[in-house]
Amino acid sequence: MEIFGLGIVAFCMFVGSFIGRFLGDVLGVKGDVGGVGFAMLLLVVVSNYLESKNKGFSKKTENGILLLAALYIPIVIAMAAIQDVVSAFAGGFVAFAAGGLATIGAMFLVPLISKLDKENGKAGANAKNERVEPQFDSGN
Amino acid sequence: MEIITKLFTSYGLVAAFGSVALIMLVSYKFADLIGQKRMGSAIAIVVALTFAYFSGRFTGGSKGVSDVGLFAGFGLLGGGMLRDYAIISTAYGVKLENLKKAGLSGGIALLIGVAFSFMVGALVAVAFGFRDPVDITTIGGGAVTFIVGPVTGTALGASTGAVALSIAAGVVKSVIAMILTPIIAPMIGLNSPTAAMVYGGLIGTTSGVAGGLAATDERLVPYGAMTATFYTGLGSLLVPSVGFMIVRALMA
Repeated sequence: MEIFGLGIVAFCMFVGSFIGRFLGDVLGVKGDVGGVGFAMLLLVVVSNYLESKNKGFSKKTENGILLLAALYIPIVIAMAAIQDVVSAFAGGFVAFAAGGLATIGAMFLVPLISKLDKENGKAGANAKNERVEPQFDSGN
Repeated sequence: MEIITKLFTSYGLVAAFGSVALIMLVSYKFADLIGQKRMGSAIAIVVALTFAYFSGRFTGGSKGVSDVGLFAGFGLLGGGMLRDYAIISTAYGVKLENLKKAGLSGGIALLIGVAFSFMVGALVAVAFGFRDPVDITTIGGGAVTFIVGPVTGTALGASTGAVALSIAAGVVKSVIAMILTPIIAPMIGLNSPTAAMVYGGLIGTTSGVAGGLAATDERLVPYGAMTATFYTGLGSLLVPSVGFMIVRALMA
């Protein structure tokens, strides 16, 4: 049944958030250290394990999970609509420079680190850094 | 009119679903018209941010359209609970081997991302005349995410001005990530699970990463979101401790 899919995600969310909050407690950080990340990992591990056993989730259970995944974009749009955009502008130039430079600078580090990994031979990732290292593409 | 208001307030979540559907319908139609089909969600996000801006101006509140009574349901639909619930579900279909392949670079990206954003934020604070190590660390924390800033400020006892600035810096970061990611994606090779995990680790603001990747390529969302969710935690851990010690040593 579809509700099983919703329930599996809920289960992963609670286990993941528990680990995240527990870690936060142990490390003395108020809050959640990667709870959602742990929950996602758990869902990946569970679904991959079931698939390797040639079962996977039933079609209806899967539909429950896919329903949530399909709601994701509308949720992101609702989330954008409740941001404090006024204060982002009102923070003046300091806020703009600090937030803006950090974001744009970090974006341009993406190809560097993706590449770093490939050079280590740890990943045959298919990132196409055509502008940076065209010769890497032929192999992928 | 009174009945309509009543309907919107008592069926808040449903009203939010309907309004978002309308925003998406118009945005996707517009994207289609200008021949940029894949820009649909990016346009919808910009439209939503614009509404948030005007609502903020109009109501003076800090929660965008959800401060307008009719649209209070947006707070539930776009809030942390449903956002995290839906983000987790996107991990379904992710292959374990893709994660293993990108795990190392994702981890490196996390450390470099937090350190880099903190450094940039702190340098900007110094450039603008801040001299108190506590304030500099707090603003640097804001450049990490809008949660790390106030967490740091509270822990170190920063001035309310610095805390407000740090929140603003974090919000600027998330808004800029949402808008710029789809534009900049081809330039930085953001087109594979590995690149998405690196991106999530470097940018880190969950809302910005999720929004930005959704507008770029939906299939990348789970990979970026997975690393991004560790970012705020790592920042809250490192900035008030190691970050503060470094700033204090440098400013002494």
